[in-house]
Amino acid sequence: MLKNTVKDLALSANFDLDKRVEKLIRKAEKQEISPNGKIALKIILENIKLARKKKMPICQDTGLAVFFLELGRNLKIDFDLTKVLNQGLREASREGFLRNSVADPISRKNTKDNTPAIIHLNLTDGNRLKIKLLIKGAGSENQSLARMLKPGEGIEGIKKAVVEWVQSAGGKACPPIFIGLGIGGDLELSALLAKKALLRPAGSKNQDPVLAHLEKEILEAVNQSGIGPGGLGGRFTALAVQAEKAPGHIASLALAINLQCWAHRSAEAVL
Amino acid sequence: MNFKKVKKIKTPLSKDLAKNFRIGDWILLSGIVYTARDQAHKRMFELIEKGKKMPLNLENAVIYYTGPSPAKPGEILGSAGPTTSARMDKYTPLLLKMGLSGMIGKGERSGEVKSAVKEFGGVYLVTIGGAGAYLSERVKKVKCLFWQDLGPEAIYEFILEDFPCLVAYDAYGGDYFQAVRAKFRGGIK
Repeated sequence: MLKNTVKDLALSANFDLDKRVEKLIRKAEKQEISPNGKIALKIILENIKLARKKKMPICQDTGLAVFFLELGRNLKIDFDLTKVLNQGLREASREGFLRNSVADPISRKNTKDNTPAIIHLNLTDGNRLKIKLLIKGAGSENQSLARMLKPGEGIEGIKKAVVEWVQSAGGKACPPIFIGLGIGGDLELSALLAKKALLRPAGSKNQDPVLAHLEKEILEAVNQSGIGPGGLGGRFTALAVQAEKAPGHIASLALAINLQCWAHRSAEAVL
Repeated sequence: MNFKKVKKIKTPLSKDLAKNFRIGDWILLSGIVYTARDQAHKRMFELIEKGKKMPLNLENAVIYYTGPSPAKPGEILGSAGPTTSARMDKYTPLLLKMGLSGMIGKGERSGEVKSAVKEFGGVYLVTIGGAGAYLSERVKKVKCLFWQDLGPEAIYEFILEDFPCLVAYDAYGGDYFQAVRAKFRGGIK
């Protein structure tokens, strides 16, 4: 049962784009002032419809599967959770004709079934298992970054770093993009937060007003860059900035920037 | 789709023909193109460097940077949008020197590639990243030519029909990205 749920999540994430993402793209298409940017968005919207109708991947890069699991602490798992998740992914890849996009980093030998997935497990209250899946294509993942700022650089330093980074990513990350930010913690926690931020509902604001304000300011600044949809020029370089934070060392200000392409593919289920 | 200044072009693409293109032109491309990405580029580059025979004739050829998803039964191709061109930058100047005349991908590239397009002639075209399902419909025939062991990274021959792309670097040193960013920087104008 869990295996089938995972399979369905992987297929629906790849074929049927989140309606919230589609809505943001549709709004951008209406407001984009650049003629070529507008054409890019029109093609993107047609592509979304076509993929949904034909049950074919929105993008040929069917990506790396990243799972975030919230496991209720009253739940007893008496089977190999990792194995079942990978089996679901394997079957989705085969049955859904997903591209095999996972390889050994040194030999570059393809694992030929998109496994192993990347799995993050957290304990929570209750007796349910919540599975969130994020599909990460390399076009945007490759344009991601984790770095250590100096604490004195503060909020201005964060803004500057993100805007400069997005400018350097340009059209490579398949704009209009979603920008996940992880602020604070240490090296790996900031990276994890940046990815977790992307898993919030697309376009949602952080509940912390300070972070919500930062998200808004960065979005406005990034959209002044002129990169535009498909990198073809325009106002809509990003559709949303989503930030999360965690306390870190007094001498550190970790910042992770995880870019996600317009094809922001995710799915979730609660068992 | 309402393309401005659209040109309908059929491959093979001679370097003379490419001289007619200017940054910002939309092109509806038809005819044969070859797919190649990271691993295929690496192999081609190594063969040329060692002075060995290249299986692919690059003269007037167009390479499409893509690694398609597998075809479903009864179909010829899965999704097939562009991959990030910059990963091929290291290999591109040599391929242009060998006669390659066009590349289709997405995103900005190195200064070396831009200069090589100017020096050796040809054109760098971009299409819409992520639009794999849409673009796949504009591929009418697919044949795996060689290096099948590379799976989605093998070299395929695609026959395109009215495949939309935009001129990003032209033979005159033009850079669409720079031009357009300057135009739209600062939001609404």
